[in-house]
Amino acid sequence: MSFVTVRNIFQSYGTRPILERVNLDVDEGEFVSIVGASGCGKSTFLRLLLAEERPTRGEIRIDGAAPAREPGRERGVVFQRYSVFPHMTVRGNIVAAESFATPLGRLAYGARRAARDRAQQVLDRIGLGHMADAYPAALSGGMQQRLAIGQALQARPRILLLDEPFGALDPGTRLSMHAFLQELRAETGMTVFMVTHDLEEGFKLGDRVLVFDKPRWDPTDPDIIGATITYDFDARNGGFPYQATQEDPHVPDTP
Amino acid sequence: MRLINRTPGPALRVFLTLLPFALALVVYMIASEARLAANPQDRLLPSPATIGDTAVRLFTTGDRRTGRILLWHDTGASLLRLALGVGIAALAGLLSGLAIGLLPHVRAAFSPFVAVLSMIPPLAVLPILFITFGLGELSKVVLIVVGITPFLIRDMGQRVIDIPREMIVKAQTLGASSLVIALRVALPQIMPRLIQSVRLSLGPAWLFLIAAEAIASDLGLGYRIFLVRRYLAMDVILTYVIWITFLAFVMDWGLRSLSRRLYPWAGGGL
Ligand SMILES: Nc1ncnc2c1ncn2[C@@H]1O[C@H](COP(=O)(O)OP(=O)(O)OP(=O)(O)O)[C@@H](O)[C@H]1O
Ligand SMILES: [Mg+2]
Repeated sequence: MSFVTVRNIFQSYGTRPILERVNLDVDEGEFVSIVGASGCGKSTFLRLLLAEERPTRGEIRIDGAAPAREPGRERGVVFQRYSVFPHMTVRGNIVAAESFATPLGRLAYGARRAARDRAQQVLDRIGLGHMADAYPAALSGGMQQRLAIGQALQARPRILLLDEPFGALDPGTRLSMHAFLQELRAETGMTVFMVTHDLEEGFKLGDRVLVFDKPRWDPTDPDIIGATITYDFDARNGGFPYQATQEDPHVPDTP
Repeated sequence: MRLINRTPGPALRVFLTLLPFALALVVYMIASEARLAANPQDRLLPSPATIGDTAVRLFTTGDRRTGRILLWHDTGASLLRLALGVGIAALAGLLSGLAIGLLPHVRAAFSPFVAVLSMIPPLAVLPILFITFGLGELSKVVLIVVGITPFLIRDMGQRVIDIPREMIVKAQTLGASSLVIALRVALPQIMPRLIQSVRLSLGPAWLFLIAAEAIASDLGLGYRIFLVRRYLAMDVILTYVIWITFLAFVMDWGLRSLSRRLYPWAGGGL
């Protein structure tokens, strides 16, 4: 049995279907890139994986466990924005990955010292050691995302979900973030899902690239059909189709 | 260059800041001069010199009977009422706002209720307060609390709701419980907002305080103003008004400095 199992997921908001019949099996340690047109439901799918929302139908299991009812420590997440806490220092943000799980969200004195030392090591490791006492507002966008990834990994999640984590960064910073992420991944062997609008980025980082799209096209009411995984590429292999598409993707030839 | 892009230099800025104050003073002096020229006994617009003398007397000379300097006693009594009222209201606003903002059940139960409550004109319920809580300190403090709490609850609740969803989700992925999210994510983020809202509530709080003191009291800044009104002692009234304005200004400034010092991450704009 695969590590992450997605079975027959349907998700609608009101009467409007967003996702339909999504099935997916992901092995532990795989890096899955997700691409697709804007508004097709990629973030929705990530929210379902995160258990921030529950699907209208179908279920998602991690390592065979019962479907989660709310987000928890086994799922880490980095959004495009607002992924770090602005009221905590850079070091405090890393320490939060340990302290938030305690009953009052604070560590006792001794434990706090140890956690701060560990946090400092993490920061040195991700190149933010010199900014430990600053507030996130003083960091550049790339540094903030690095901090957010470091914070998420510090909680030792089983899967890491990234929603356009580098979407707001310039190309140079983006490249260094790729190297950073690949390094962390080689180290932790983490299972990652990353939504991106950059195909090249998706193929470069991912082991697989999933394409979300509407499987059929209803000319009278396109909104009546939800999106699903229409392509599943093996990115380790130069991008050849990896799994047969589930249905014939019919895209209108002329707009 | 467009007007919106022109900024005054430092010297001009100081001048512009002082200008309206100076103008107001000059207008007052001219009006006062004119009235006093027509009738030296006029009490309506005392000259600045008279006000100055009165102020010195009020701040330093004790009451003929008791020897107490009334102005300081009035100030103490009023500030205590104000601090209690605003303090209780701020605490209630903070706790209710957190509960309403974070917990959907509490929000469903109380959000519309508070919205309706906040529409009640507080001064209209003043007689009820006097009847229920008596004419003592309690009813004055309660009027301030009743007057500003609904606003604070609504504002704090909205501020909590405005915290980006991403941050709340992020905290959950770090294992935070509802309580930890309230204490470590929502509370610190709305504290600067609370201080800001309290600053905005200080105006209404003074209004309710002076109204309550004017109607039933034997000490307090509002009581004194309405007492000497009977003797048309404009110099006393004006001294008190300037003093109250000064106190309110100092409080506003103090809260602002406090916020900047305690919450440097919140930015200076508050
Ligand atoms: N909570 C919600 N209630 C109603 N509709 C929603 C909700 N969340 C998302 N939607 C709708 O679902 C659709 C898919 O949204 P989603 O954010 O998943 O798209 P996306 O693929 O991530 O797009 P983008 O690439 O622009 O981020 C959108 O049309 C959006 O309007
Ligand atoms: Mg999205």
